[in-house]
Amino acid sequence: MVRSLILVVLLACTHYASATVNDVYPFDSAADRERFQTLTEELRCPKCQNQDIADSAAPIASDMRDEVYRMVRAGEDNEAIINSLVARFGEFVRYKPRVEKRTLILWATPVLVILIGVLMIAVMVIRSRRNSEQATALTPEQRERAEKLLQEQDAR
Amino acid sequence: MRRLLLFVPVVLAVVLGVVLFAGIGKDPSHLESALIGKPVPAFSLAQLQNPDQQFDNRIFKGKVQLLNVWATWCPTCRAEHGMLLKLARQHGVPIIGLDYKDKRQDALAWIDELGNPYELILSDPEGKFGFDLGVYGAPETYVIDRDGIVRYRHVGEVTPRVWQETLEPMIQKYREAG
Repeated sequence: MVRSLILVVLLACTHYASATVNDVYPFDSAADRERFQTLTEELRCPKCQNQDIADSAAPIASDMRDEVYRMVRAGEDNEAIINSLVARFGEFVRYKPRVEKRTLILWATPVLVILIGVLMIAVMVIRSRRNSEQATALTPEQRERAEKLLQEQDAR
Repeated sequence: MRRLLLFVPVVLAVVLGVVLFAGIGKDPSHLESALIGKPVPAFSLAQLQNPDQQFDNRIFKGKVQLLNVWATWCPTCRAEHGMLLKLARQHGVPIIGLDYKDKRQDALAWIDELGNPYELILSDPEGKFGFDLGVYGAPETYVIDRDGIVRYRHVGEVTPRVWQETLEPMIQKYREAG
């Protein structure tokens, strides 16, 4: 009983919390609200470095939210909004780094690792197949010798 | 050939070790400014002591200067204030102050109480210029060359060590470069 009461109270609180966020940044359309949500979750707070700006309570994160809000309302596209913040605070604020010379290794590593893995498995499979073939298949001369040996043994 | 393959894990471990070791001691909270090599963003701000007087980017032309972002709500700014006074009075370093997201009265009282190391204090009560500059936490200190180009940013307190090892050589370099 007590547990379910606590649950109800907590759920009521979360509803209240999400309602206030929407009140602070009112949007005309659901699409804009969603865009704002995605953008603020993709941008990283330079002060609290492991939080996105939607989540951070740092004053700078709030300034960044305001700027994203202003630009979304002004109808700027996502690319322009992110670029304007990167121009001020650096590549650091992107949670998803841009593909460029410096970040190429970062993006290529998973692909490379998978390729290396596939290659290793392929080599192992081919090698074991070849080994088993060699092990079972006797050349005609070997077969002859084996039969001769067996016959000698029987004769004894 | 087989034998050599056995060394692959060792080589990988060593490489990883070197990479990780290089990261030890680096402070990830000190970010390089995105404006390095770029001009100071356009602004028009009032002087703290004299709000009718407006200043713009022209104040950064002609000599190598420091731009110090501070506020009365920032404890570290109080800690570095003595060092800034020393730089201004003993070393003759020109410092522009940016009073960031602050109340004018508080800032004036602070200067009265602690002394004024700045050649000019700009007032940025809403933090608009600070935002364009990429300020994410006061205090921050920028080295600006004589063409108004941002050359370096230090985040945090200007200690004697930061001055000797970083800021002074930097200022010297851009004075000579001009």
